[in-house]
Amino acid sequence: MSSLSHTVSDSLVITRRNLIKVKRVPDLIVFATLSPIMFVLLFRYVFGGAINLPDGITYAEFLLPGIFAQTVVFGSTTTGASIAEDLQKGLIDRFRSLPMSRAAVLIGRTVADLGLNAISIVVMALTGLVVGWRITSSVPEAIGGFLLLLLFAFAVSWMMALVGLLVRTPEVVNNASFIVIFPLTFVANTFVPLESFPSVLRTFAEWNPVSSVVQAARELFGNQPASAPVPDAWALQNPVLYTVIWAAVILAVFVPLAVRAYLKTSTR
Amino acid sequence: MSTAATGGNAVVVEGLVKRFGDFTALDGVDLTVPEGTVLGLLGPNGAGKTTVVRILSTLLQADGGRATVAGLDVATQAAQVRGVIGLTGQYAAVDEYLTGEENLEMVGRLYRLGKKEARTRATALLDRFDLSEAARRPAKTYSGGMRRRLDIAASLIARPRVLFLDEPTTGLDPRSRLGMWEFIADLVSDGTTILLTTQYLEEADRLADAMVVIDRGKVIARGTADELKAQVGGERLELTAGSVEGLVRAAELLRPLALEEPRRDAQTRRLTLPVTGGAATLADALRRLEGSGVEVLDVGLRRPDLDDVFLTLTGRSAEDAEPGLENQETPR
Repeated sequence: MSSLSHTVSDSLVITRRNLIKVKRVPDLIVFATLSPIMFVLLFRYVFGGAINLPDGITYAEFLLPGIFAQTVVFGSTTTGASIAEDLQKGLIDRFRSLPMSRAAVLIGRTVADLGLNAISIVVMALTGLVVGWRITSSVPEAIGGFLLLLLFAFAVSWMMALVGLLVRTPEVVNNASFIVIFPLTFVANTFVPLESFPSVLRTFAEWNPVSSVVQAARELFGNQPASAPVPDAWALQNPVLYTVIWAAVILAVFVPLAVRAYLKTSTR
Repeated sequence: MSTAATGGNAVVVEGLVKRFGDFTALDGVDLTVPEGTVLGLLGPNGAGKTTVVRILSTLLQADGGRATVAGLDVATQAAQVRGVIGLTGQYAAVDEYLTGEENLEMVGRLYRLGKKEARTRATALLDRFDLSEAARRPAKTYSGGMRRRLDIAASLIARPRVLFLDEPTTGLDPRSRLGMWEFIADLVSDGTTILLTTQYLEEADRLADAMVVIDRGKVIARGTADELKAQVGGERLELTAGSVEGLVRAAELLRPLALEEPRRDAQTRRLTLPVTGGAATLADALRRLEGSGVEVLDVGLRRPDLDDVFLTLTGRSAEDAEPGLENQETPR
């Protein structure tokens, strides 16, 4: 077998192992999907009435792409905590002592977390349909929207993999990532239109990749009314391209860094 | 490459050095493990035992010296080394959400065994390590002893030529420890080459053909258990007093007989003196205690055990050595 097919088969073994955990601990998936459901309901019914939107769009339509993006980005943080947990329990040592592919543990982890994020999206989309969200574009565009969300989440997973390998304590990984991810997903067009932001924050939000993911999803799902102006920032005028560039850059930087950290790490 | 090139030694370590910042964990360690034998690597916490194992199992890179496993250089042929070794770390590295069977099959697959082969060997190993009944249960439900057994089974699935057992019984209750010894003794009779680290001298005495004692990153003694005991020499006179005052008094009375400063343990009220002269010395000791008012619960002579060897060599007992680097950094 070539080294590529080794990598693929080892990664599949690890992906399967990670998904078995989800099967054995169903609470994981229950809580992972309950919180986005809660977010959809809270924002839709508590804040929905207070947020000014351009004509021709309901808050449910505006909100859902934002919730999708926020949830998958948060979902990706589990990659870091899970890797830190494996490190703590000595499993990474075991894997590193085996004649297996050097990237398979990280690929298996990020792919399994991609699967979890896909499940979350399905649950959220169903909840969204119940509260009035609709896809008004074409099927290929809608599929493109979901794939773009997952691509971005996959890239964030690799970033979190490196954090998990360096921070090494699951609880700390969680807390540390909250501090970064919360502002990143809130200082964006996720829940409110950017027009309401003060200027400095607004510039940040316009170039924040989370905003471009959300903007791209709105356009691909047909949740962006023609009457509403899109901010002039290039990032939001070309949200799909800007998001793909971000994902590619994150992957190009963090895949090699994470693999390197994996090869050097050990439980000690 | 075969071990013929290394003179029939499955493991050869020469002048191994490892530093962590300013701390020198290994300071020129040499050792060999002949094919088909068990080497006991002894030392207190922080002595560097685990660091040796981590370098030999390619988890860490040495800063100096060289090491070969099955004739393969651990630094330049790390990938091939991983194919011929099995590693059981200080704590059971099993996935607790997977069943015993799934754990073994996963490791087997990652050793590049076919699906069917991995399953067949997993079943056989579960049977051998008394885990058949628990095979379909998540490892989360296993006791400490069962997890260790599963961990060792996992490291055996590819039939490694060299097995590293890093403190395989640390944290186990005495009964599970005895059981584990039987399983390890069984492996030895199969001809597996084993490097075993332990801080339990009794464990090394029972399982190892030869021993290397390290302390603070240096080898301080080597040989068989008998050779090490002979190095210490003499006998040990042991006395248990009825009270702590009696213990102190007895130590004063008997000090002239001792080769070294007597050891007092207030908790067990036990006094240990290295002596020579056998029964005559014992009789002398009893005479000195007569009429002193010291209540003696028991008294006797014995040959030095490995604990005494350790104490003599390092000035510390093996099991209550001060916590060192390895201990602090080991998650529990």
